[in-house]
Amino acid sequence: MQVEGYRPLIVAFCCNWCSYAGADLAGNNRLSYPADVKIIRVPCSCRVNPMFILRAFQRGADGVILCGCHPGDCHYTTGNFYTRRRMALLFSMLDYLGIERERTRVEWVSAAEGAKFAATMNDFARKVAELGENKRLEDLRCKQ
Amino acid sequence: MQTVSRDLLVNKAASLLNDGTVQTVLGWRKGLFDYDITPAQFKTEDDIRKNFEWNDNCGANLSKYLVKLTRKLEGRILVFLKPCDTYSFNQLLTEHRFDREKVYAVGVHCDGMKDADGNELERCYNCKSKKHVVYDELIGEEGEVLESKRFEDVEWLESLTPDERFAFWKEQFSKCIRCNACRDVCPACTCEICVFNNPNSGIENKAPVTSFEEQNFHIIRAFHVAGRCTDCGECSRVCPQHIPLHLLNRKHIKDINEFYGEYQAGAEVGQRAPLINYTPDDIEPYEIFDGGEKNV
Amino acid sequence: MQRIGVFVCWCGSNIAGTVDVQAVSDALKNEPGVVFSTNYQYMCSQAGQNMIKDAIAEYKLTGIVICSCSPRMHEATFRKTAESAGINPYMVEIANIREQCSWVHKDKETGTEKAIILGRTAIAKVNLNAPLTAGETPVTKRALVIGGGIAGIQTALDIADAGFQVDIVEKKPTIGGKMTQLDKTFPTLDCAACILTPKMVDVAQNENIRIFSYSEVKEVKGFVGNFDVKITKHARYVKEDVCTGCGLCTEKCPMKKVPNEHNLGMDTRSAIYIPFAQAVPKVATIDPDYCNMLKNGKCGLCSKICAAGAIDYTQKDEEIEEKYGAIVVATGYNPISLDKFDEFAYNQSKDVVTSLELERLMNAAGPTGGTLLRPSDGKHPHTIVMVQCVGSRCSAGARKGKEYCSKICCMYTAKHAMLIRDKYPDTEVYVFYIDVRTPGKNFDEFYRRAVEEYGVHYIKGMVGKVSPEGDILKVQGSDLITNEQIHIDADMVVLAAAIEPDKSARPLATMLTASMDTNDFFTEAHPKLRPVESPTAGVYLSGACQGPKDIPETVAQAGAAASKVIGLLCKDSLKNNPCIAHSDEMMCNGCSCCEKVCAYGAITYVDKEFRMPDRTTQIRRVSQVNPAVCQGCGACTVACPSGAMNLYGFANEQIIAEVDAICR
Repeated sequence: MQVEGYRPLIVAFCCNWCSYAGADLAGNNRLSYPADVKIIRVPCSCRVNPMFILRAFQRGADGVILCGCHPGDCHYTTGNFYTRRRMALLFSMLDYLGIERERTRVEWVSAAEGAKFAATMNDFARKVAELGENKRLEDLRCKQ
Repeated sequence: MQTVSRDLLVNKAASLLNDGTVQTVLGWRKGLFDYDITPAQFKTEDDIRKNFEWNDNCGANLSKYLVKLTRKLEGRILVFLKPCDTYSFNQLLTEHRFDREKVYAVGVHCDGMKDADGNELERCYNCKSKKHVVYDELIGEEGEVLESKRFEDVEWLESLTPDERFAFWKEQFSKCIRCNACRDVCPACTCEICVFNNPNSGIENKAPVTSFEEQNFHIIRAFHVAGRCTDCGECSRVCPQHIPLHLLNRKHIKDINEFYGEYQAGAEVGQRAPLINYTPDDIEPYEIFDGGEKNV
Repeated sequence: MQRIGVFVCWCGSNIAGTVDVQAVSDALKNEPGVVFSTNYQYMCSQAGQNMIKDAIAEYKLTGIVICSCSPRMHEATFRKTAESAGINPYMVEIANIREQCSWVHKDKETGTEKAIILGRTAIAKVNLNAPLTAGETPVTKRALVIGGGIAGIQTALDIADAGFQVDIVEKKPTIGGKMTQLDKTFPTLDCAACILTPKMVDVAQNENIRIFSYSEVKEVKGFVGNFDVKITKHARYVKEDVCTGCGLCTEKCPMKKVPNEHNLGMDTRSAIYIPFAQAVPKVATIDPDYCNMLKNGKCGLCSKICAAGAIDYTQKDEEIEEKYGAIVVATGYNPISLDKFDEFAYNQSKDVVTSLELERLMNAAGPTGGTLLRPSDGKHPHTIVMVQCVGSRCSAGARKGKEYCSKICCMYTAKHAMLIRDKYPDTEVYVFYIDVRTPGKNFDEFYRRAVEEYGVHYIKGMVGKVSPEGDILKVQGSDLITNEQIHIDADMVVLAAAIEPDKSARPLATMLTASMDTNDFFTEAHPKLRPVESPTAGVYLSGACQGPKDIPETVAQAGAAASKVIGLLCKDSLKNNPCIAHSDEMMCNGCSCCEKVCAYGAITYVDKEFRMPDRTTQIRRVSQVNPAVCQGCGACTVACPSGAMNLYGFANEQIIAEVDAICR
């Protein structure tokens, strides 16, 4: 259900030490990705409460992506290991509730992977744009 | 019909009360209607002999009440636990929610419980265990952990298309009246101040339909108890709108079993719940769906 | 309500080229809380910073939003600016409109629109910011080194040299560790004792160092700068301060059949003993398992002949409590047990020895006085087979041995082979190896000398079986290069057993809340950038407790750990990171979820009394975050089921406000 001129709204949570730096590197290298992506800086991917993701969807975000250090490289040694479990369960649950699985993603992006950051955002934004507006989480409960 | 007679429980409670082992008995009492058996505390033998109930409507899981009662009451509390209740009991102990010393746990053999209409409860039809994982004393026969078919409904939902699943849940959630009964009865929902009652949490507010938590209440609650839910089935039992809430919790349980190995919350005291645990080579979120190909 | 000032930076044309800065500062003027909004060419310049300071004064600003480059660039700069103008540095937020906006978007309209969204997101956050003050904790200027091997010795000496007090806790009666058992050291072949024992003496004589030998750490409480440690000093039944170490008692002691652990049980010692001649402290110790006086009250000879009167059969274990600012773990390694490696007949033949046992057999102070003789019959061995990687580099499915490379074996095997060929040219030495790994200064040259100059036979392949037959050992192996089965009749077989962390390491790690890997090696705070620190603040790692290491590496790491300790101890107090977790006690369930995910051991539980609204009191278990230890990752905030845990600087409410601002 593509609408003319539709741009998706994408919230990206990036850990301060790897992915946020990776995003900075993408900027330094002028690697473009859609302006639809807006980044929120968190100290570690493990700071991202599933509630923040639900909140974004409920407020109309069309996709939420969470980026952190590669497993094993966490600045806080184990933070992203917990992130990985939490998000696996949350995303599986959202899928189970009928929310398109392409709207959620976890990606490990290191501070050196500016190119990967840009490529990831391009890919994610494209897939979310193909899905169109998120309606399901916005009004999961409302009667039609 | 319960094979364990009411008399056995009543006599046990009376004798433990009289010999001073316990000062309070936590059991069941008749409510407004015959099928409406509610958790209750007893202080005297007389009260127990007259009003203690033990029948097919004693579905209520008493373990949650220990959190508040052990703090409030002096002395020890006798609690009757059906097999599925013992898992909640252990989970609460793991989370330091009450003092084990203050409780005398009597396991009771259970033959399955019924709802108001006399039908067997879903959780009993799909009973996961007849074994008591904790007790000080046992009344009736000890059972075994059972091969349950409790995940079949989850599998059925998983087999649908996302659109069908969405339609299913939309239908279900739209029935919700936000009475909070599921939260109030849930033994994993024992927070001192629930975020849904806390104005500082940023997600409070009960009434407005557009509010954030209103729409996501059930998802948040399911995740809140993920890894800690023992699948006691109380949420579905008490839901006045008959929303199959256990299907949410069981999805998490099924995922945990598949992703991280079999885990039964409350099977042992001191277990490390899956969400506060990890292994370096856990499954990646992109691998959880069929195909499991990497995105980029 | 905050009074927020917004400052949009052009960054020359870096931002202004793709973002209409005027439009951004105009749009943000209307955001809640904003009382002033402007833009300037270079906000980070002196003029730009002065502009901020002036605006703070003029508009009585309480919060600042800078729309500029990445906070990783200039967050610290602008925080200082704010602080110098009298507002809390943590009231500053940066909207990254350069790296994450102007540099990645080409269209000015798009860039401007996004910059406004990023700006209002930062404003939404600042509206909820609260001033944060970094707490300070005092530092106890004394270090504890656990383990008195070469790692612990070097660390202690370096710390003491900088003028700080150090205590060494060593569980054996003497310091020195594994190195005291070694004969020569690679790649220079200088004698281990000659380089180690002077250091041991230095330790004994250093005024800043105390040695608690025959002692173990029993309990560790506290945190960086303020550890409270209980040490158990085992009863040695000899007054340490009185014993002169003359050794007369050890000669006269009638109980002489005690396996001598220093020589790995290959000879015996007396029940009262000094482990070896250069032991530090050089005092006798009575072995309670063998002493007749202690066991059944019969004997007492040592007490009678001791001129100094040092013997005290009534001595009891003593408990010492001390405060430390830093703790260094130097618990070292041990060769693994070879019980699961029956194919090498280690338990069947005395002539199958480990490499460490070979060290003793070649050491002048060893059981054979330095002449290499077969342990079984004392004969000179003519053919020796050495097997490398015994228990190292095993596959995970093998259920025996270790997956990792023990790292030191290739070099010491080359050393052994070379020394044997040098001293006994008539002895042939065969070395079975999987790979020869000799990176390190002068290491490969050393190995090649063994092959080229000393004629050691290196065979790529593994030994399948060693079968004792009569007085020879039938060795059957395969040569992977020629693809042949090899049979050698050997007089001795030497096994390069894998090394593993000392058994005491695991309970110690629990006490220290320091993390370990699956092999029980201590984990470093960062594998590359913080290799001598444990993730637990104030706990440092020295030597093989962190991973297999040779002596030069161990000494280097010991020095590095010491310099980290010195860096800590020379501070009078520690300034804490204010962006840390904190728990709302009224909401806390006391469930311990947060404690379990904390990599730093920053969370403890206390039973606290609460006054309830109905005037009763309740005692509840609640969590407390130690601000000196918390690193602010936020893992606990999400693990917390009750929502009691929150993070200063990145609070739930702040992040939700950011989400809302983006999705507005």
